[in-house]
Amino acid sequence: MEVYLDNAATTKCFPQVAELMTLIMSEDYGNAASLHQKGITAEKYLRYAREVISAKLKVKEDELIFTSGGTESDNLALAGAAVANRRRGNHIITTAIEHPAVEQTMEYLEAQGFLVTRLPVDDDGVINLRELERVICDETILVSIIHVNNETGIIQPLDEIGVLLRKVNPGIIFHTDAVQGFGRLPLSPKRSGIDLLTASAHKLHGPKGVGFLYKDERVKLSPISYGGGQQGGWRSGTENIPGIAGMAKAADLMNVMMDENIIRMNELRDRFLQGLTNIPQVTVNRSDSRAFAPYIVSVTIAGIKSEVLLHALGEKGIYVSAGNACSARKQGHKSPTLKAIGLSNEMIDSTVRFSFSHYTETVEIDYTLQAMYDIIPVLRKYVKR
Amino acid sequence: MLSGEAMREQYYQAFLIKYAEIGIKGKNRHLFESALVKQIKNSLKKTDGNFTVRRSNGRIFLEIEGEYSFHDTIAALQTVFGISGICPMVQTDDEGFEKLGVFICDYLRSIFSDISSPPSFKVAARRSRKDYPLDTMQINAQLGSVILAAFPTWYVDVHNPDVMVNVEIREKIYIYSETFPGLGGMPLGMGGKAMLLLSGGIDSPVAGFMVAKRGIKIDAVYFHAPPYTSDRAKQKVVDLAQLVTRYTGTIYLHIINFTDIQCRIYDCCPHEELTIIMRRYMMRIAEHIAKETDCLGLITGESIGQVASQTLQSLAATDEACHLPVYRPLAGFDKIEIIEIAKKIGTFSTSILPYEDCCTIFVAKHPVIKPDINKIKRHEKDIKDIENLVTAALATKELIIMSQRDTPSEI
Repeated sequence: MEVYLDNAATTKCFPQVAELMTLIMSEDYGNAASLHQKGITAEKYLRYAREVISAKLKVKEDELIFTSGGTESDNLALAGAAVANRRRGNHIITTAIEHPAVEQTMEYLEAQGFLVTRLPVDDDGVINLRELERVICDETILVSIIHVNNETGIIQPLDEIGVLLRKVNPGIIFHTDAVQGFGRLPLSPKRSGIDLLTASAHKLHGPKGVGFLYKDERVKLSPISYGGGQQGGWRSGTENIPGIAGMAKAADLMNVMMDENIIRMNELRDRFLQGLTNIPQVTVNRSDSRAFAPYIVSVTIAGIKSEVLLHALGEKGIYVSAGNACSARKQGHKSPTLKAIGLSNEMIDSTVRFSFSHYTETVEIDYTLQAMYDIIPVLRKYVKR
Repeated sequence: MLSGEAMREQYYQAFLIKYAEIGIKGKNRHLFESALVKQIKNSLKKTDGNFTVRRSNGRIFLEIEGEYSFHDTIAALQTVFGISGICPMVQTDDEGFEKLGVFICDYLRSIFSDISSPPSFKVAARRSRKDYPLDTMQINAQLGSVILAAFPTWYVDVHNPDVMVNVEIREKIYIYSETFPGLGGMPLGMGGKAMLLLSGGIDSPVAGFMVAKRGIKIDAVYFHAPPYTSDRAKQKVVDLAQLVTRYTGTIYLHIINFTDIQCRIYDCCPHEELTIIMRRYMMRIAEHIAKETDCLGLITGESIGQVASQTLQSLAATDEACHLPVYRPLAGFDKIEIIEIAKKIGTFSTSILPYEDCCTIFVAKHPVIKPDINKIKRHEKDIKDIENLVTAALATKELIIMSQRDTPSEI
């Protein structure tokens, strides 16, 4: 049995998406900028994508910038907004639990002379709104707060943050990295006061290498790459039509079944958490008093190195992640998110992430639990002494 | 003006291949020479150009017809053990001494145009055509004068010249003055075969290279311990073996699942001795495969004192577990020296990829550094059923045949 429980890393492509993309790549392969029929057909797909995604988000069609994925969207949002609004101030606020695409861009901006404040989080991983209000100053131009954290699934109160920002200073630009939320949880940037929103296609059963940045039309943004001036000059380069159309198709399919999906994810999670109670010394890094994405479960299993458990589960065809997949390859890298919620180094080394998707079945959860019942007692025998 | 390389491609249509050690091998010399010729031909298979390798008067010549890449040819020859130097040669027909002088000066002017300060030089002639009107001494002296006249700032130094102008007079006349270093060592395939204990680290690929340099064919064994080591760690070892084949030719890589043995040792032995006892079982298994595959020795990347399991006492304890000789070519090397070679042979960047296995669970916090062999043997007796586990481990053997590759991996 193959059980893929690493959907926060990436997801399986919907067959309808793959089909559409094949058609575009082999038949409707025109450049949207071309004046002939092939170009017009290509542009139709682009328009389709704008219509579908803007409708989901309830934003305007030309408020979307298609990019190569989450990392580029984060870079464009942060570096682009910081540079374009530099004259208004040089202070940026973010959190201690951002994805590296945000964190590393912040470090770049610091090197360019911006001041960055990183808000701490409580043991559940949530920022403190009063603390946010306290650190805002006249110089603050940009606030970037992750929507769903990729390692624990904690959801930040975006609505309340939006309200607070509007109250304190409506001029502050509000960005959120919604890579782990878009398509799976309801998002409404206009209502939440979000000015910039990052999303990626491959987390919602779309293709890799494509994403978008929602940009409120009032936000001033500088491009970070230059060329043929496509997409209003904000993102030059021939549009990745198969990718963009594939993303829109995936978003459409996800949106149709979002409510049903959320219910299913909750059921899967509850079943999984219930099963975990049979294993001693297991900590689930969540609490019932806070909102967590139901499809991400972070589990600390005392006495077992996460990588060993990961490989042992792998032998049984179960695929999970230790920490987050993007940094799992860096040696000695300790997840800042898990550190920020107060886990010791030893606990971080014993933390495994299970993430579910539309394709996850109840029997797969049971199979995984059974595998854990079998493996964990054996692995616990062998600890470093 | 042509770049150095394009210019050299135009000039040089032959190479004199120098070999050092194999020149002194007495009656076996022709065996070594033919092995070297074979390896040279082999190394050039993937290089564009029409090459002929020829043995003549105790020397090896590589001749090229038509277009070729100078850079690729030198690079290919620099992977061949047994070559001490590669001398690209220019050739000209014998059209009289005067024209020879002009030809040589033209050549020197092109090759040494970018030399920073005026060099010292020496002419070294060799005459296999005895009917040439001048004898060796005369050629040396007269060509020296011609060169001095053409390059007034150059000066003669017969003991330690910067530029050695070699002139060989045969049917045609060959001139060479540049020498590119070879790897040295002895041609592969003359010295039998040995089994390398290959890990994903920096040292063992270098150890394999060092022994192969002495003309020895290499096979390798890797112990993986899933789930404590990952498939990526295994792939890294495969990649390392692949890189080493560039020098060693085909490598048979044997992969053994070591998990059960490792866990059993953990269950039954004192923790501070885990590493030593594990290594002793690795040696036993490696020896078993070595004997089956006609390997005459084992090779490890151990360096004296590098870690607890590499003290003299630990090495003695490891050694005691097997009968075949164990070659440790890095015994006297510092880590920095090993890294230098790893970089030179191109394994370093793969070796340092961070797919570090989780075997650290099986490394004691305070491992013994002066193991007592008698105690170790006593503790090994306590390991229940180990013989069966060894047999079972041998049965897990997976064989991957790595050969020099010239195509990208398939998907």
